[in-house]
Amino acid sequence: MNQPDMPIVEGPNCPLPITDHGTIVIGHGSGGQMTHDLIRGVFQSRLGNAILDTANDAASITDTPPGEQLVVSTDAHIVSPLFFAGGDIGRLAVCGTVNDVAMLGAEPRFLTATFILEEGFSIHELELIVDSFAQACQEAGVKLIAADTKVTEKGKSDKLFISTTGFGWAKSSLRIGGEQAKPGDSVIISGSVGNHGISVAEARGNLGFSSQVRSDTAPLNGLVKALLAADLNVHVLRDPTRGGLATTLVEIARQSKVNIELDEQSIPVDKPVRKTCELLGLDPLYLANEGKLILILPENQAEEALRIMRGSPYGEHSQVIGRVSDPSRGQVWLKTPFGTTRVLEMLAGEMLPRIC
Amino acid sequence: MSETPQNLRDATLTKAIMAEIRRITTQPWNIMEICGGQTHAIMQYGLDQLLPSEITLIHGPGCPVCVTSLQSIEQALQIAARPDVIFTTFGDMLRVPGNHADLFTARSQGADVRVVYSPLDSLKIATANPDKQVVFFAIGFETTAPTIASTILSARKAGINNFSILPANVLVPPAMHAILSNPANRVQGFLAAGHVCAVMGYHEYPPIAGQYQIPIVVTGFEPVDLATGILMTIQQLEAGQHTVSNAYPRFVTLEGNLVAQKMISDVFEPVDRQWRGIGTIPLSGLDLRPEYARFNALTRFELADTPLSESPLCIAGKVLSGVAKPFECPAFGKECVPAHPLGAPMVSSEGACAAYYRYHRTRE
Amino acid sequence: MCLGIPGKVVSIFDQENTLMASVDFDGVQQVVCVATTPEVQVGQYVLVHAGFALNVLSDTEAEETLRILRDLEAFNANLPEEDSNQ
Repeated sequence: MNQPDMPIVEGPNCPLPITDHGTIVIGHGSGGQMTHDLIRGVFQSRLGNAILDTANDAASITDTPPGEQLVVSTDAHIVSPLFFAGGDIGRLAVCGTVNDVAMLGAEPRFLTATFILEEGFSIHELELIVDSFAQACQEAGVKLIAADTKVTEKGKSDKLFISTTGFGWAKSSLRIGGEQAKPGDSVIISGSVGNHGISVAEARGNLGFSSQVRSDTAPLNGLVKALLAADLNVHVLRDPTRGGLATTLVEIARQSKVNIELDEQSIPVDKPVRKTCELLGLDPLYLANEGKLILILPENQAEEALRIMRGSPYGEHSQVIGRVSDPSRGQVWLKTPFGTTRVLEMLAGEMLPRIC
Repeated sequence: MSETPQNLRDATLTKAIMAEIRRITTQPWNIMEICGGQTHAIMQYGLDQLLPSEITLIHGPGCPVCVTSLQSIEQALQIAARPDVIFTTFGDMLRVPGNHADLFTARSQGADVRVVYSPLDSLKIATANPDKQVVFFAIGFETTAPTIASTILSARKAGINNFSILPANVLVPPAMHAILSNPANRVQGFLAAGHVCAVMGYHEYPPIAGQYQIPIVVTGFEPVDLATGILMTIQQLEAGQHTVSNAYPRFVTLEGNLVAQKMISDVFEPVDRQWRGIGTIPLSGLDLRPEYARFNALTRFELADTPLSESPLCIAGKVLSGVAKPFECPAFGKECVPAHPLGAPMVSSEGACAAYYRYHRTRE
Repeated sequence: MCLGIPGKVVSIFDQENTLMASVDFDGVQQVVCVATTPEVQVGQYVLVHAGFALNVLSDTEAEETLRILRDLEAFNANLPEEDSNQ
């Protein structure tokens, strides 16, 4: 039924305008006018660029430069709660994928993203998250070139899930990967560990503590670029996300078939993170980090690497924390301040607060 | 006054105490600690590596993961599976295997299982979900007993009717009796659990020390605390003494926390309890007194008796009592490893078998 | 069963008829039930486990710990002059 002052729409759409709701409704996912209004009002206004604005369902991007190869990474983000001190799911989605691409020595250039919205989710919160997503893209120097949104019925998802895929190019001559660690290499961490895990635990609100620890979510491609520009012989780059520093190093040790020896006292842990872990029975070595990287490279280049990292954003507190020792089955040993050692295993399942 | 004098983690001081232990040790001694927290601290700092080889630390049945009976786990799984129940528990219990499944499995099958940090959180969940039954898995030693008792008293005062507990608390002194009265016992000295004693005091231990002629030293959890407790135990053993002494006086007194003890005795009474792998130890558990029976989940819900099956290869009982060492178990390192454990001491990261497995690997 | 750590009582208040306290652990704050240590005062240290106070740190008993350490032959024989850099 057409009325003079109502928008004329075609297809099976709900004619109610977005602003009447304040929340996502099923109609937003139908692909019709409401979807377009949502995309234009919430996403394009914040993320628009020449490629995205052509409004095709796919984007074509430039050719691979000579001597380089395409690097792709994909990730899904389901963090709950959506907002935490120091970040939110939007920033996390961008930085997570930017970092995955950067860890292969590539310069991230483009992102695609899928936003899965739950019916009833607050549009205001969505706007805040997309703002944050846009800011993170800008900081990282990446463009969103293709995107999709879907809406599920209430209860069939959890407010917002974001999936991102990142594209970048790396020099074909680079040999950076988890299998490249060599005996004698130094192991460097770009800063303190455990901050993200604690900030999310705190934001959940059910552990009843307040520590003001902020998530470290950050794009690390600038840091990686600085390291590669210095022509260092980088063997391994990896960001210790889920499972934490310990699990990530165990993965690397197994991939490279080497032993890694860590010096516990050198591993930077902020005091409130340490205290909260003691209080709750958590281990900072197994908590997620979203703005840190592990660098493994020949020992004689460690000092130079530290100098570069400490002079770069997000690398100011870089430390050497260990070394790669003999080729072996792949174990990670931690030397305590007492000179004793213990083996670090991978995180078995979920890390749970201990009581004893 | 600092809350934990930093020198209690001081490596120099700890090593100095260890040097003194080495100096006075003239023969092999077996000491048991019966506290998961102490086991964890010893492993975290590698303190057993600093002791002279004559001293063997036996990791006793001090962690609820290891000792909560299979029957309690199966009861927990049954209760958690009920659609009207929100099952709340300390995090450690989620991985403990029942016959075939653990609480993680239950959650993946749709059970509402939630980790809480404190039993009070469980009560909050009950208040927020009046249409559900909220059950708290009451495990632990005397350390958690007052907190659970206090929670029940609060529930009663506030008239909260949808909250109950699955009683599974255990007591330390009866376990010590059981271990020491075993003819195959190897334990010669005990480190008493510091936080159990913060609640209960240590007046229960002199009769045990006297009956079994064994030194007992109340010990804390920081490296210096643990080293001091071990030193004081060895000093007694070398001198042929068997008394109770307190190496954790900043939080432990002879009489303990009387307010907390009264809460425990108001709400709970001692009952016989099954310890996984060990068997029934008389009067070693806590159950709700009749006047609090309505807070007992076992009374509230009708549960079926499930047949219980433990691996026939697992010798957990012997390991937990210190009668056998983990590597003396035929399945150790073969059928039974942390990735696929056959019994509780390999499941828990504080379990004697898992601890030994991990320590052993650094020596390969 | 013993993951208790000491913290300083910053404030004490009643929450739904239960005695609670805000406890500070070197910068991290947590609300803790002190029904189990009702005599505690602001400024004292309590041993906290699973959201409850188990006992109150007594100055004299903390001193006792240090006295035990000083009595140990090891402490006297093997350590340099006590330094105050803690």
